[in-house]
Amino acid sequence: MRGAYQEQIVATLGNRGLQSAIYKASGRLMDHRRHAIDPAELPDFEELRAQANLIKQHTIENLDYYLEQFEAQVTARGGQLIWARDGEEVAEFVADLARRKQARLIVKSKSMTTEEIDLRKRLAPHGLETVETDLGEYIVQLAEERPYHIVAPALHKTREEVGEIFSRRLGVPRENEPEKLTKIARAVLREKFLAAGIGMTGANFLVADSGAVVLVENEGNARLSTTAPGIHVAVAGIEKLIPRAQDLAVFLKLLGRSATGQALTVYTSFLSGPRRAEEIDGPEEFYVVLLDNGRSKLLADRDQRQSLYCIRCGACLSHCPVYRKIGGHSYPWVYSGPIGAVITPQIQGLSEAGWLPFASSLCGACGEVCPVKIELPRLLLELRSEIQRARSRQGENRWEKLAFRLWAWVMRHPRVYEMLGMAAAAAMPGEESGNWLERLPGWLNRGPLKAWTSQRDLPPLPERSFRRLWRERVKAGRS
Amino acid sequence: MPRETVLHKVRTALGRSVGQAPAAAPEARLRIPAVDLEARLSSFLRRIEELAGKTHRAATPEEARAYVEGVVAGRPAVASRAGFLRECGITALPSVRTGFTSAAELRAACVAADFGITSADYALADTGTLVLLSSPEEARMISLLPPAHLAVLPRDRILTGLDELFTRLPRPAEQTSSMVLVTGPSRTADIEQILVRGVHGPGEIHVIVV
Amino acid sequence: MPRVSLFVTCIIDQLFPQVGLAMCAVLERLGYQVDFPEAQTCCGQPAFNTGYREEAGGVARHFLEVFRDAEYVVIPSGSCTAMIRRHYAELFAREPRWREETERLLPRIREFSTFLLEVARVADVGARFEGVVTFHDSCHGLRELGIKEGPRRLLAQVRGLTLREMEPAEECCGFGGTFAVKFPEISGGMAQTKIEAIRRTGAEAVVGIDSSCLLHLRGVLSRAGLGIQTLHLAEVLAHQ
Repeated sequence: MRGAYQEQIVATLGNRGLQSAIYKASGRLMDHRRHAIDPAELPDFEELRAQANLIKQHTIENLDYYLEQFEAQVTARGGQLIWARDGEEVAEFVADLARRKQARLIVKSKSMTTEEIDLRKRLAPHGLETVETDLGEYIVQLAEERPYHIVAPALHKTREEVGEIFSRRLGVPRENEPEKLTKIARAVLREKFLAAGIGMTGANFLVADSGAVVLVENEGNARLSTTAPGIHVAVAGIEKLIPRAQDLAVFLKLLGRSATGQALTVYTSFLSGPRRAEEIDGPEEFYVVLLDNGRSKLLADRDQRQSLYCIRCGACLSHCPVYRKIGGHSYPWVYSGPIGAVITPQIQGLSEAGWLPFASSLCGACGEVCPVKIELPRLLLELRSEIQRARSRQGENRWEKLAFRLWAWVMRHPRVYEMLGMAAAAAMPGEESGNWLERLPGWLNRGPLKAWTSQRDLPPLPERSFRRLWRERVKAGRS
Repeated sequence: MPRETVLHKVRTALGRSVGQAPAAAPEARLRIPAVDLEARLSSFLRRIEELAGKTHRAATPEEARAYVEGVVAGRPAVASRAGFLRECGITALPSVRTGFTSAAELRAACVAADFGITSADYALADTGTLVLLSSPEEARMISLLPPAHLAVLPRDRILTGLDELFTRLPRPAEQTSSMVLVTGPSRTADIEQILVRGVHGPGEIHVIVV
Repeated sequence: MPRVSLFVTCIIDQLFPQVGLAMCAVLERLGYQVDFPEAQTCCGQPAFNTGYREEAGGVARHFLEVFRDAEYVVIPSGSCTAMIRRHYAELFAREPRWREETERLLPRIREFSTFLLEVARVADVGARFEGVVTFHDSCHGLRELGIKEGPRRLLAQVRGLTLREMEPAEECCGFGGTFAVKFPEISGGMAQTKIEAIRRTGAEAVVGIDSSCLLHLRGVLSRAGLGIQTLHLAEVLAHQ
């Protein structure tokens, strides 16, 4: 529940260094994105967004068809499709495969889906070493932490902290320069790539008409994970499907720009099936694991299922003023920021993370930047309503609901509203008497009032409300 | 069975039945701008340079070979079996090893090499991208393992962008198991958002257009 | 003479009545006859945003009844206007009668600055205000109603006024309705960033179109001991 996260939130807010890091890093991502979508760079940005939304909507609405088409294509190209209802089934498959193929080392490229199901932890008891190869993910793996941001997993780490982690966990001499640290990681990970039996990836897109997995990256670790080992396993949520290879002409123009401000990331891999007989290198075996893990539950709600359009660009995180204050670790699940605030209660249940959709000022920045036009603010509002209904059924929001009932009643009865306003104003000690709040009896200064005054002052109620002043005006006969 | 369970859940939630045809898909959006070869070429090269890649316009295949020779300077290099590289005489250069058909041998050579030399099947002018399809002529590892990558291609392979690529190649899976779009040298900004090049892929790239 | 009805919003009615008077003054200066339907209270937004749609619906229906016959309704708040223009449809998704009422009223409802520019078609309202100010882009007005350039055009015509943009201008101040009291630390943190940006402009006052943002910013500014004023756009435009 919220309790544990409240501590994390307050701690992050109080940590100046961390605050500064989060704010600056996300600010930079915002700037990069802004340049990349400038009309001079990409004149049809809005059109592309609209098209992407349409394609995703169509795919989700006909998902069963595309899942089957994808399966047929993967199989036709010599690959194998595995269906997994949850993380346990994914882990079982991978562990079993590793056992059969006698693979003990798995190199992994960045995949939020595998974080979602805690795959590394599930595989550990099977005697399998799983190494993250994306630099940011590698750093947080060594630090035994969760990723901080979808596209910048180690956003919260300073170079000194990275240097300390490397020297402690890898036994290498202490370095502090990003360039040197990167070289260290490159050398260590290269050995892993070349020794690994299995390369595991996620998928940015699954292409139904080609049975293909599309991987978007900057470092080259996804390419290496899918070229050096003899087996490639891609794990992806069922919502990652797009109908045609040609649709990539729309999505690839949106993903890089929204995520990091790049027209295209350094490497985009379109992989279908194991290597062909006549090709020289590439994996001999190709598996795609399709994961449900609660996504199918969402499909029934026309509005809520928009969250399945997400292409995991991270733009909503970078632009969210709340995320920029509390950072990725203040969210209960691996998905943080606005998309996390929506899918966590959607998938994990309303009681689990019911506070999340309320941890937003509804500023609307997220919906404004989403490349696939998910109506995030609207989904947050709908979730709030659903959560209150659920709480009501459990009797959990009795007082708040009663308060709003009373409030609504007062607002429907203007004379009562006016009288209450006058009574409150009359009870005020008067504007000249300094900090009126300090004079409030303790029993009044609690709840919302205390919460307000913990952060800011509150002006005293003016003696006369507008409506009283208006009446006086009318009486005086305004000119 | 997981397959049946998942598909059943999906269909039930969507109100669709087994074997039901999908609604009509929105048409694929492909807009190819009219850009002449010279403009494509200069945009292509400029974009690569903006990403800290090096470029060279060669008037002739011989010039391309000379440039590559200059860069490689006798250090170990692996070249793909691309016909175009042979035409340019690049595969015949002294320290260049080529003709690998065994993945294991190729890997060993790439690990030991300072340079990987390939051609490219296509290139994209608006983003400075090389399009590499895995084939008997082009292995994957050559443009990936060595710390530097040189790509030599004829100018007529430069397309305007993604839309043109997917118009020419609507189903890449029919051609190859791996199509990779390479846009600049490998990079990361994972540590304090500081840009570092050459993480896992090549940190140095040269593109020579004939 | 054309008539406009004021919907002053509950917060201005009870906490900032001078804003209502200022709006009145400006409209009358432009030749409008202003009325104030006294049965008005609230648009329902606080309940809606907190997830209590049923309660919000009752208040919204009251609003629609009060203003049913108005010629124009002018509102000195982006968030209240957005509630009515954008969210009443969601609120009344299953009540066709009230959806229709909303549809009928929509063309006649405007946020204050929008009214001046689009209906009254004036940018110069004869105002004078000596001083350096900065402008806060309230989120609902900005993102739901497209209010960005409008207030700036109006301020540009105010004699003696210098406008200095804050950086960042479009970041949320942290009020967010009940968010301000449910998550006070985050709300306060967001406000700190905002008042830093305000302070950097060197402005004497921050101007906005939403009194809820201004209430929150004012509270934070005063707690921080910074002598920077908060002013509603109407107060600046009424100044002579």
